Amino acid sequence: MTPFKPVLLEAVGVPDGHTIASYKSRGGYAPLEATLAGKQPADVIEMVKASGLRGRGGAGFPTGLKWTFLPKDHPGPIYLCINADESEPGTFNNRILMEDDPHQVIEGIILSSFATRASTAYLYLRYEYPRSWHRLQDAIDEAYAAGYLGKNIRGTSFSLDIYLHRGAAAYICGEETGLIESLEGKRAWPRIKPPFPAIEGLFRKPTVVNNIETMACVSQIARRGVDWFKSIGVPADPANPRDPGSYGPKLYCLSGHVEKPGCYEAPLGITARELIDRFGGGVWKGRKAKAVIPGGISMGLMTESELDTPLDFAGPGKVGCLGLGTAAVVVIDDQTSIVDFLHNSARFFAHESCGQCTPCREGTSWSLRILERIKAGKGRLKDLDILLEIGNTMGMMPGSTICGLADGAAWPMKNAIKKFHSEFEDYIKRTNPSGWMVTDPVPALQIAGAH
Amino acid sequence: MPVVIVDGQEIEIGADERLNCIEVARRAGKEIPHYCWHPGLSVVASCRMCLIETGQRDAATGKITMVPKLVPGCQTPVKDGTVIVTESPLVKDSRARVEEALLIDHPIDCPICDKAGECLLQDYHFQHGQPERRADLQPFHSRKRDVGPTVTLFVDRCIMCTRCVRFTREISGTAELMVTSRGAKEEIDVFPGHPLANKLSGNVVDLCPVGALGDKDFLYQQRVWFLKREANVCGGCSAGCSIHTEHNQDAVYRLKPRENPHVNTWWICDEGRYGWHHLHDQSRILDAARKAASPSHRGSGATPATETVEWADVVVKLRDDLKTAGRLAVAVSPMLTIEEAWMLCAVARSIDPEAFLSLGFVPVKGEDETFPGGFTIRAEKCPNRKGVEEVLALYGAGGHSWNDLVAHVAAGKADAAWITAGYPGPWIDTAVADAFANLKQLVVQDLFDSPLMRLATWRLPATGFAERAGTWVNVAHHAQSFRQAIRPPAGVWPEGRLFWNMLGRRGLYDATAVRQQLAASSPAFTALAGEMPATGVDLRIHQLA
Repeated sequence: MTPFKPVLLEAVGVPDGHTIASYKSRGGYAPLEATLAGKQPADVIEMVKASGLRGRGGAGFPTGLKWTFLPKDHPGPIYLCINADESEPGTFNNRILMEDDPHQVIEGIILSSFATRASTAYLYLRYEYPRSWHRLQDAIDEAYAAGYLGKNIRGTSFSLDIYLHRGAAAYICGEETGLIESLEGKRAWPRIKPPFPAIEGLFRKPTVVNNIETMACVSQIARRGVDWFKSIGVPADPANPRDPGSYGPKLYCLSGHVEKPGCYEAPLGITARELIDRFGGGVWKGRKAKAVIPGGISMGLMTESELDTPLDFAGPGKVGCLGLGTAAVVVIDDQTSIVDFLHNSARFFAHESCGQCTPCREGTSWSLRILERIKAGKGRLKDLDILLEIGNTMGMMPGSTICGLADGAAWPMKNAIKKFHSEFEDYIKRTNPSGWMVTDPVPALQIAGAH
Repeated sequence: MPVVIVDGQEIEIGADERLNCIEVARRAGKEIPHYCWHPGLSVVASCRMCLIETGQRDAATGKITMVPKLVPGCQTPVKDGTVIVTESPLVKDSRARVEEALLIDHPIDCPICDKAGECLLQDYHFQHGQPERRADLQPFHSRKRDVGPTVTLFVDRCIMCTRCVRFTREISGTAELMVTSRGAKEEIDVFPGHPLANKLSGNVVDLCPVGALGDKDFLYQQRVWFLKREANVCGGCSAGCSIHTEHNQDAVYRLKPRENPHVNTWWICDEGRYGWHHLHDQSRILDAARKAASPSHRGSGATPATETVEWADVVVKLRDDLKTAGRLAVAVSPMLTIEEAWMLCAVARSIDPEAFLSLGFVPVKGEDETFPGGFTIRAEKCPNRKGVEEVLALYGAGGHSWNDLVAHVAAGKADAAWITAGYPGPWIDTAVADAFANLKQLVVQDLFDSPLMRLATWRLPATGFAERAGTWVNVAHHAQSFRQAIRPPAGVWPEGRLFWNMLGRRGLYDATAVRQQLAASSPAFTALAGEMPATGVDLRIHQLA
């Protein structure tokens, strides 16, 4: 592969790279001025559609297409919500962007608002990011002072205000309708769809929810052009009419048992193995990888033999994972118990399930209880069947929940038990030699510290 | 007309009807189980009990394309060609799993739970659940929490359908209830210092599909399978809400709202809900009695001797006494049914053809109160003013009010008065009662003692709302007929029976027969002819048409 020069991360390491002066010196805001001077909103939508940009928040929905779902000539307000409630375990690319190059994000927000005709944008920021909070607020203030935000920007009829909203630290607020509910001041219970936010979203008005990294990509597309963007990544699979391709650079968050964890920019489609070896300096302490999470814990697990899977939007799905997700790659070395991994994952989802839908609320908590019991040496082989059944039946895909949190809880469970079944079996037989074959209901353990 | 296919059965629906799958399936005789959905509340689709398979039939080719996953029946609207499958293996498995999931955190303390016997969790478990538990068995725990003056929350029994929360937000508009914590740790709670204390709070107990919300008034009073229910109408105010009186061995245990789209939809207020205790008050007047003393003794403070009169004798002696007295004035209570009122007027005019007839006392408390969900509590605390006025109009006494009657008596224009009352609480003071002090005969028919009752020469017991049969007409001219739910205490004759016998009619008092006669004899009551629907009719239906 040809050497790749970071674009989204170009400000990282630049002294005062987060300031507007530094951003403008790199060519920032010039595309915005050109757009405002001579283009129509439809031109921007067309540009983003042509670039093939897919949302970076996890689902990979084509961004330009999402914008076209807004009602035409809507008389009332349209809102743009920026999802910066980055809480998928292992994910920190939004944080890097917000801390080191906030103006890149803000320019993207302004361009996207112009395209969607939104005059108010809400940036929903994860509570645990105080540095991002300050950097963003400073950058927004700078943008106002420079005349890129406010009334009649650059003498046009386009006006935009950005409000920075700090969440209260709940995973579910990253779900787009959960985020909308939370912004409205309500409990972040995801809404039933339809209506989709593009028709009825924030304050019951048409709303687009986009990720921070998506906004940064919009800035770069405006600056470097559609052809540049399409020259990077993986083209659409001609055999699969539903694959729109995976274009552009992507920020991969590499963590876990690697020598050099960090946020690395690479073309979409880099393999997990290449990412770990070339960027991460290999698995730590000279060990081998046992499993790798391709894109945040909710995407499931790849085994060592699956590491040559390209990390594009279609790749992880081919080896039984849920998808690329947030491209947060977490490496688990061969000294780690996969039972421990799954227990940790179950604990997270039981804690973060919003509790609205029965299958998720009870399924996540039941699976945690089972795993607690397995870890306490009272596991039974039957428990693995129950865990798989829970995993197979909860989530949006089987239709049993409103949002995708349950799918995210189910995938690591399904992947871990299917791909590492013998390890689970051995663990249960070893730790519960007298009871592993029991099938009758057993007493529940007192769970301490799960919440 | 759009056609929906429910388990292979074609159901025609109205062209402009907006129905969900649960409602359409019900028309096909299929019950889709559900907890969180309620027709009177917003749709949240969170319990996932109503998951079904759906599809669409192509109008041109007739080919059916199914949705490849389960969808909630409550959230899915139907249109022409919608296909609903409610009994596939996939659907049945899903229901069994939801039941199993709900029971994981449920204490299963049915033996001590008031809801047992009318609990959806129980019913659905037997219909849709699995025979064996797979979840880890937990020690029994059942925490209680006081959430307001009328309701106790049994925290662990809750299945988080949030019907109660939505009720307080959407219908009562008071928003006391909320969900705290997250995931399986979730609980219903109130904000500190803001208990569930609105005037509609009891409805959350009806809404609760399980035993989580307990009505303090009913808690541990009776097992629900001992209760019998009679369709009744609430007598608490002029709204005339449809209710079920639930009783056992002539004792009322609780009132429940009865669905009626024309009147109260699904709700009743707490005042009505708990407004039955007076029926079983020990101080009720139970005997028909006549004062033996002469009129001159009255007002002297000494209690004159009274003699109890057998009901069969009342019929004769009362008529004789009133006839002897002379000019008669009669107050027709708005607590009476129109059948009773009509017969009372007939009795009065048969005693004195010139008898002065008027509406009885109309209790009013405060002002009408309408809640955000549209439910209204009326200030007029009697159920049948409109009906009695219509009856009086038939006798040329349409405009006569209680004050007219008091003035009539005070002016000495009457020698005898017959005051029907039947109010659940105190209603008249000594000052007003004194106007009746110098009558030759004063008949007072009431539930409880009062300054007026103490002046009476004839003291007659009245009956309460669940003890009578007949028809009431509410403030919006909506007439509802109901049957007697319980017998009045100690052999008391309901008003209708007394008037029926005083009119010399044969056999047992039959409210339906009187209603049919009334409907046949007066254009104002034509709407009441024939069989009355359970939800009643609008009296003005013929005028409107």
